[in-house]
Amino acid sequence: MNKLHQLFGLAAAAAIAAPAAHAAEFNQVAPEKSAVAFVFKQMNVPIDGSFKRFKGTLSFDPARPAAGKAEIEIDLASLDAGSSEANEEAAGKLWFNTKSFPTARFVSTSVKALGGNRYEVAGKMTIKGKALDAVMPATFRQDGANGVFEGSFILKRADYAIGEGMWADFGTVANEVQVKFRLVATAAARK
Amino acid sequence: MNQPASSYTRTAILLHWLVAIALVGAFSVGLYMHELPLSPWKLKIYSWHKWAGVTIFLLVLARLAWRATHRPPAAPAGMPAWQDKAAQAVHLLLYALMVAIPLSGWLMSSAKGFQTVYFGVLPLPDLLQKDAALGETLQRIHMLLNFTMAALVAGHAGAAVKHHLIDRDDVLSRMLPFLRKP
Repeated sequence: MNKLHQLFGLAAAAAIAAPAAHAAEFNQVAPEKSAVAFVFKQMNVPIDGSFKRFKGTLSFDPARPAAGKAEIEIDLASLDAGSSEANEEAAGKLWFNTKSFPTARFVSTSVKALGGNRYEVAGKMTIKGKALDAVMPATFRQDGANGVFEGSFILKRADYAIGEGMWADFGTVANEVQVKFRLVATAAARK
Repeated sequence: MNQPASSYTRTAILLHWLVAIALVGAFSVGLYMHELPLSPWKLKIYSWHKWAGVTIFLLVLARLAWRATHRPPAAPAGMPAWQDKAAQAVHLLLYALMVAIPLSGWLMSSAKGFQTVYFGVLPLPDLLQKDAALGETLQRIHMLLNFTMAALVAGHAGAAVKHHLIDRDDVLSRMLPFLRKP
């Protein structure tokens, strides 16, 4: 009888401990499940765009969010700005100048837990040779073996000189661009 | 309904000329804009063209409502029956095109992935999903409808002038009252 009780006790303890044991670190970004998209406005018309190619490394343990790190690199030649005409223009000197600056990069410097599944990720955003501080909210949820990070933030294109010369004026293309990301990371291999 | 009037109502005349001026304007802008290289000017003029199209569509709806409730004047006495038939057919086609052309532009815009936002304020729903091939097809349809309308408008205006100068009847002057003989 005593033995049986002990066994039950152990099983219950294991059941309670299980989620903590599963709070694995997530670090392999799965590009095919992830997305980096944006919405910009021209003449107040919202246009959807996205980046088809990007890579990233993540290091995130939900039990220790402050130790989290993220680094995302976007291949700007993979930009889709809604039409072939816009894509050609966006690659040009006045916009991303992808010949000279083929990638955009975000490297986190701190992750702050905001309560619940919400976090605030701060870091350096480098686009078109300009490295600026950027802060963005992100949520994290565990989906099976995957960790899913989602968030959106407003990027002001003028901060990075995206759209110079005749495009610098915000009358046709607005300064505020909403950037949306969904990064799906798989659990790190157990050591 | 009453007997046919001898002239169009002032509302009918006003709507006719408003739509006529807007159509010539939007048509000319359309011809000019479609080969422009991408620039803020191009984005602006495309938006203005779409706003004009929506406005014309609304004016045409008003015209149709007015036309349905106000009988237009009959053809001049002595006009050959075939001319009367031809005039009616052209009017019918023009009304159909004035409805179809803005609709084709709206659908084309949706298929190309650009929502129409009336005056930059009122977003029109996208009735079609983004589809580049369908967008190209609708662009050709939009153009074909426009050139058909241009030909009909030329015939319509030419016939009106012919009535005024050769037949010397009141067909043109009842739409342009200042031409009316005292």
